[in-house]
Amino acid sequence: MSYQVTHDQFRELFQMLTVTYRIYGPTLFVNKAEVSDCDYVGYRELLSYDDLITNVKSYFSPKEALFPPREVLFSFGSDHAIVPSDDLKPVIIFLRACDINGFDRLDTLFLQNGKDEDFYYKRRRDKVHFFLLECAQSFDSCFCVSMNTNTTAKYDAAFRFTDESVFMQVNNSVFESYLSIGELSDFMPRFVTENKSTVPVPDASIDEKIFFDPLWDEYSRRCIACGRCNTSCVTCTCFTMQDYSTGSDTSERRRRWASCHVQGFTDMAGGHSFRKKHGEKMRFKTMHKISDFKRRFGINMCVGCGRCDDVCPEYISFAECIRRVSKLSDQYKNDTDKG
Amino acid sequence: MKTKNHYETFALGILDIKPETSIDYTFCFEYNKPLNYGQFFELSIPGIGEAPISVSAFDENRMWMTIRKVGRLTDAIFNCKAGDTIQCRGPYGNGFNVKQFTGSDLIIVAGGTGLAPVRGLTRYFVTNKSACKSLHVITGFKSPSDILYREELDQWERDVALVLTVDKSTNTWTGNTGLVTEFIPKLPVLKSPHVQAIVVGPPLMMKFATLALIKDGVPQDNITVSFERNMSCGLGKCGHCKIDETYVCLDGPVFSLTKAMHLID
Repeated sequence: MSYQVTHDQFRELFQMLTVTYRIYGPTLFVNKAEVSDCDYVGYRELLSYDDLITNVKSYFSPKEALFPPREVLFSFGSDHAIVPSDDLKPVIIFLRACDINGFDRLDTLFLQNGKDEDFYYKRRRDKVHFFLLECAQSFDSCFCVSMNTNTTAKYDAAFRFTDESVFMQVNNSVFESYLSIGELSDFMPRFVTENKSTVPVPDASIDEKIFFDPLWDEYSRRCIACGRCNTSCVTCTCFTMQDYSTGSDTSERRRRWASCHVQGFTDMAGGHSFRKKHGEKMRFKTMHKISDFKRRFGINMCVGCGRCDDVCPEYISFAECIRRVSKLSDQYKNDTDKG
Repeated sequence: MKTKNHYETFALGILDIKPETSIDYTFCFEYNKPLNYGQFFELSIPGIGEAPISVSAFDENRMWMTIRKVGRLTDAIFNCKAGDTIQCRGPYGNGFNVKQFTGSDLIIVAGGTGLAPVRGLTRYFVTNKSACKSLHVITGFKSPSDILYREELDQWERDVALVLTVDKSTNTWTGNTGLVTEFIPKLPVLKSPHVQAIVVGPPLMMKFATLALIKDGVPQDNITVSFERNMSCGLGKCGHCKIDETYVCLDGPVFSLTKAMHLID
């Protein structure tokens, strides 16, 4: 069923939801951007509808609701280890179609890779509901259509925010009682059907010769290995285990986000490391997003949200990188066919 | 059904510590669950950290690991004594498939600390002569002071064809000098239809040793290598050990050379 409400009515029903649910959504982080006197839009728990930003692409992704940048796995005392208990309140996340598809990728890695499900991810994941934010238009750097992530059916409710009203479609009967107010509507969420940016994606079975192509040398010159692309990416899942002393005989075992671009990712005792050149790191990341993840799991890891393009301080466009790799892939295939 | 927390650790009791060199000690732990040669555990001390360490040898009640003192955690482990416990989780990884080498003309080439993960496997074939057609071992170290398991190597030399060599000799060294690769062409079983080879050691040594074996006719499929990577979680989640679509902690660390050759870092 779909409904249409005023903004005031929506504010009230949002308040009702916060009694039972923790609501995450895009919101303004005032004066916290990397540039002075600027704000950015990121994800945080929202206490009121007034905090929800619905018309701007977020700088950081909603993945941190399930996979926070820093997570305590155990608290240690002199003779015990305690697993921190998790908040029992179920969670609602307001997010776009690309990000809902992103959570599919997170689920694949954390729940299906290897024979064990990730305990910490799973216990949060079991409590999450998705509230789809309809995209009024594609943002400049989006390429969700090329990645087949512009649509989704995996949402509990969908929303369109206009100047006058809020339209809601209830997809999960659990939310019927909260959202069945206002007028009945025939609202069905529309999805983006075209982006400014079209990105041909290469075959997953990529020619090995591409690994050694001089294309990556350009990225060695340009990439500064800051890791911003990884922290903004909705599907980056790498982390490092870390113990941290919190007192004379108390400590914590944590995991914190890691970036394959940032130095140290491959460092081993004894001094060995791999992919020292930034171009090699770029190649590793690129192949993970559009080649080897697909070979292992059947879907591409990249969902075309375009955040990495938005945040790169060196103006490296990942969409453009994929285009180049596609072109090379065709080239190498033609060469093989010919000779 | 509640998900099990695979990050939880169990206590591992230290039974014995034997120094091999000034920075390599072999720890004997109390452990009685099934193991494969070449698997690894994540050892830890709460508040200090975790590190992946491979199993060197085991029997029904004990497991041995040779640990090198190189950082915060291993420094702390070296301060432990017999009777202490450290924390542990695992085993992880696939390990060597002993059946693959049974009945073969087996060549084992181990460089430096690479001998540690194949120690138990080698001992098995040395003491069970009928398990393989023949056994040739080449083991090399940087210098005489880096040699591990000297007494056991001397024992093995009495029973099987073993070459112990050092890259750089000293005044008192009377044994072989030279890289392990120099001794590979001399092996008499290279062209055998039953040849199997295991190569473990630093990446560069593995590269040249496998090249030497292939050059002299050993099929790629019959060569097995073991990889080391910066394993952090050991469960296939953290991504540190990923090479292309392979997770070394899940699909390895033991690979056939055919597979390993396409793992481009």
